[in-house]
Amino acid sequence: MNLRLLLPLIAATALLGLLFVGLGMNSRDLPSPLVGKPAPAFSLEALEDAQRIVTEQDFIGEVSLVNVWATWCSTCRSEKPLLMELARGGIPIHAFNYRDERDAALRYLDVSGNPYQTVAFDPRGDAGIDWGVYATPETYVLDADGVIRYKRIGPLSRQLLLDEVLPLVEKLRDEQQRNEARRVAQS
Amino acid sequence: MKRPMMISLLGLPLWLVAGFAMALALGQPLEFESEAQQRQYDSLVRELRCTVCQSETIHESNAELAADMRRRVYEMTLAGHDGDAIIDFMVQRYGDYVRYRPPLQANTYLLWASPFLLLFGGIIAWWRIIVGRRSMPQRPDFTEQERAQLEQLRNDGSPRRM
Repeated sequence: MNLRLLLPLIAATALLGLLFVGLGMNSRDLPSPLVGKPAPAFSLEALEDAQRIVTEQDFIGEVSLVNVWATWCSTCRSEKPLLMELARGGIPIHAFNYRDERDAALRYLDVSGNPYQTVAFDPRGDAGIDWGVYATPETYVLDADGVIRYKRIGPLSRQLLLDEVLPLVEKLRDEQQRNEARRVAQS
Repeated sequence: MKRPMMISLLGLPLWLVAGFAMALALGQPLEFESEAQQRQYDSLVRELRCTVCQSETIHESNAELAADMRRRVYEMTLAGHDGDAIIDFMVQRYGDYVRYRPPLQANTYLLWASPFLLLFGGIIAWWRIIVGRRSMPQRPDFTEQERAQLEQLRNDGSPRRM
């Protein structure tokens, strides 16, 4: 009989527990299946020069960031100073200009500074789908071999850079040096 | 009639035309080479979730990303990819999350089993209640003494017959 009285209590507690855990989860935190995979192939015009074709090979070569941005995206504007700092600090940043207008994008970079080494112009979001872009801004970290090692959906923050991105860049650069040393030793 | 009202009434046809043009632009009919392609497209856009507006399929959603995904499904369908290949393509980029019909795999076993588990639990509870009721005596049994008391109660307060 005791069990019968306890049962509703246990059930209610279990349900409350479940709901409580659910509260703490963020349904916007989406896993990215691309982490650990090579940078997806694409072929787009360069933002500055419609005649020049940019591919994923232009993003690969050293540890770098790939930032997805647009002029209509206000969060992109607010994370821009951080990107400028990173660029000044010697971290190469490449970018997709996502669903934007060329003139507006060029004017924007002209006025507020350009932290990007390469900007691929993606007005129709074609490469966006290949790179699994949900919404701007997004930032990827590529290692020297062009494998995606990290993805941030949403704006960067100083805290996030200090806690996650910069240590990862350090680690990947060490990896790169070790790999190169091994290659030299082997040849 | 007041002037602003007149102006807005005169403007009405313009608004209607603009709205109509917009509706056309949104719902351009797509052309397919075969009916099978059309069917594949129609079923796929209702099976893929729009990742920025999470409770809508890409068929329902007005988000730009959904439009991009629809266009990609359309292009891949025309290029001859079958439905599974297109879903795989989306899953590789956006994760299992884009599927409205989750696949049966290690982390979804519980999800798939839950309706059956609930049904099973319900049957057990129902069974126990039924059995509990059965074991209750249909008619209360009284001892001789109780019968005598009942008889007395029944007769109490009323004139004794006979």
